[in-house]
Amino acid sequence: MTDAIVLDQVSKTYDGAAVLQPTDLFIPQGQFVALVGGSGAGKTTLLKTINGLVALTAGRVRIDGAATADLDGPTLRRRIGYVFQEVGLFPHLTVAENIGVVPTLLGWEPARIAERTTELLALVDLPAALAARRPAALSGGQRQRVGVARALAARPSILLMDEPFGALDSVTRVALADDVRRLHDQLDLTTVMVTHDIAEAALLADRIVVMAGGKVIADDTPKTLLAGHADPAVEALMQAPRRQAARVREITGE
Amino acid sequence: MNSGLLSLLPDRLAWHVVLSASALGLGLLIALPLGVLAARSPRLRWPALALAGLVQTIPSLALLALFYPLLLLLSNLAKGAFGHGFSALGFLPSLLALTLYSMLPILRNTVAGLTGVEPAIVEAARGVGMTDRQRLWRGELPLALPVIMAGVRTAAVWTIGAATLSTPVGQTSLGDYIFSGLQTENWAMVLTGCIGSAALAMAVDQLLGLVERGAERRDKRIWGAGLVGLTIGLVAAVAPLAADFAPHPSTYVIGAKNFSEQYILAELMADRLEGHGARVTRKINLGSAVAYRALAAGEIDAYVDYSGTLWANVLGRTDNPGRAAVLDGLRAELKRRDGVVLLAPLGFENAYALAMRRDKAQALGIRTLADLAAKAPDLTMGGDLEFFSRPEWANVERVYGLRFKAKRQFQPTFMYRALGSGEADVISAFSSDGRIAADGLVVLGDPKGALPPYDAVLLVSPSRANDAPLRKALAGLDGAITVEAMRAANLSVDRDDHKSSPTEAARALEKGLRTGQP
Repeated sequence: MTDAIVLDQVSKTYDGAAVLQPTDLFIPQGQFVALVGGSGAGKTTLLKTINGLVALTAGRVRIDGAATADLDGPTLRRRIGYVFQEVGLFPHLTVAENIGVVPTLLGWEPARIAERTTELLALVDLPAALAARRPAALSGGQRQRVGVARALAARPSILLMDEPFGALDSVTRVALADDVRRLHDQLDLTTVMVTHDIAEAALLADRIVVMAGGKVIADDTPKTLLAGHADPAVEALMQAPRRQAARVREITGE
Repeated sequence: MNSGLLSLLPDRLAWHVVLSASALGLGLLIALPLGVLAARSPRLRWPALALAGLVQTIPSLALLALFYPLLLLLSNLAKGAFGHGFSALGFLPSLLALTLYSMLPILRNTVAGLTGVEPAIVEAARGVGMTDRQRLWRGELPLALPVIMAGVRTAAVWTIGAATLSTPVGQTSLGDYIFSGLQTENWAMVLTGCIGSAALAMAVDQLLGLVERGAERRDKRIWGAGLVGLTIGLVAAVAPLAADFAPHPSTYVIGAKNFSEQYILAELMADRLEGHGARVTRKINLGSAVAYRALAAGEIDAYVDYSGTLWANVLGRTDNPGRAAVLDGLRAELKRRDGVVLLAPLGFENAYALAMRRDKAQALGIRTLADLAAKAPDLTMGGDLEFFSRPEWANVERVYGLRFKAKRQFQPTFMYRALGSGEADVISAFSSDGRIAADGLVVLGDPKGALPPYDAVLLVSPSRANDAPLRKALAGLDGAITVEAMRAANLSVDRDDHKSSPTEAARALEKGLRTGQP
């Protein structure tokens, strides 16, 4: 299996303070990786080094074998889907125009963009009638679905998500999370998702990378990590989903 | 409101629109890119906003006035370097001052609009792979547009209002109504200028508001309607000027300073030229020194000045060799210095004369300037806006040793009012002013001859020195106007009831010249 994303001794320093220690990470094609950790752990910084939203202080990032330093930022980012908590839909554009923004930047034919927009609305389970609406007329969940559709519009093979469900209520959150995992499998994506919610990470990801103080402190499958880990900080993080699961079993009497 | 008042409206409105639109356009062209740069660079932001704010604190009238000497200097430098200069009067100084004036609201709102775009939108724009330029054009500018448009609307309203102040630097605008109306206490005239410029500002503001709403809703029909409305308005307003720009060999520019007699004489000359089939434009309300320089530079073709004014202010003389000698001296010196032709003395004097209310003068026993010197420390002197800075005043003050309790400046009209209400005891009157007789004033004698004679003289620019049609049209004015006729004409414009417009007064004066009746 080839690695879709390779981080080679990547580090980031802001004003002399190391936000990200030199880090190696290899993410194979098709994997769903969750980056977890407390705030200030460096997980968002790590995510943004992949699409160049954060410039590297040192090290190298390779996407499908090619070094990102050889590409200009906008070209790189048009090839990688990006979803984040605040969604950031353009309020002056309609839903269809928001979804079509990357294809437009890539110079697609208007007919092809329209066709793709219809396809994407169905894919993220939104009624086609929303296409002409402005973001202000949508619910929070609908907005984030548009955000996901926008990220997938130009058929990227990599999807980056930064706390994508953080602002949603729990019902909406679960439904959307399930859909994202379904899309990941259906479209054969390589997905990296930042979250502080271990339960969500355990539910969706093939692999969990735990970060603290700008370093990777654990990197394994959810199953292995939940079974127990030598690092007390990792153990502490894993307590929450374990307790939830135990309590559910207790209540349902299984 | 008489028809003479409105006959000049198309021309004045057209110039007002051309001036405001050019200044706003130029302001946009400079302030928008500057605003974009300032929004991106905090280091540029502070100085740019501070500078624009500083310009705003300069009174707009002063800003306009300051551009005249600046441009005159540049024009002279250009003349030295390239052989020919440019007009420092009229359109150019007005345009530059108004452009500076229009920049602040546009700049400030552009910066506020762009820096006010939500950080999430900026991150999204970067995240989807927009370049800096695409982020500006597709994200930030459309989102900042309502704020920027609000700034443009403010700038438009300010510019249209301030354009009325371009009259004193010789630019025709709706301000001509306001300045002339104030001077002659013709409130209908002042109101015409105010209402005209206010209506224009409101109409432009509404149409820009339409463009703003349309842009906000991204409705092509709405912003299209706004733009079409603005374009139609602009073209319709400016249309009367098309004839001015068509090649026309005999367009004469008649100048006038800022008081009734000057307006009347300018209208009289303009009427005569038009009667001979020539086209005439008027530059009225010029400052005293501005008028002569404009004539010498060929920016106006003819106007009336006064021998003593030229003697003291242009030639810098303080002596008084007598009426005829002053005229002869001027005729030779103005020709030699500037190529200006003194065509003819008109026959009357409009002398600076110190005047008092008859009752007050009698009570204090004042008949002459020498009597006045003894009582002056208890009295207040009222002068017109330029009197105290003129060399003639310095001379009078020195010769008679005049020391007043206070000196106050007034618009000529209000100066006479001040005498009536006791706010001034002595004023710098004009001997041809109809109000001297009408208000029962006494003119104080000048036994030491400190004030020079002030014969009204018709001056012609160097380029029109040998212009036969001009000479023909103005023939017969030599010594033709008596001081009584001029006083009557002036009073008909200045009095409170049954006011004439300067045009009507000029026609009446002309009629008197033909029939020999004052």
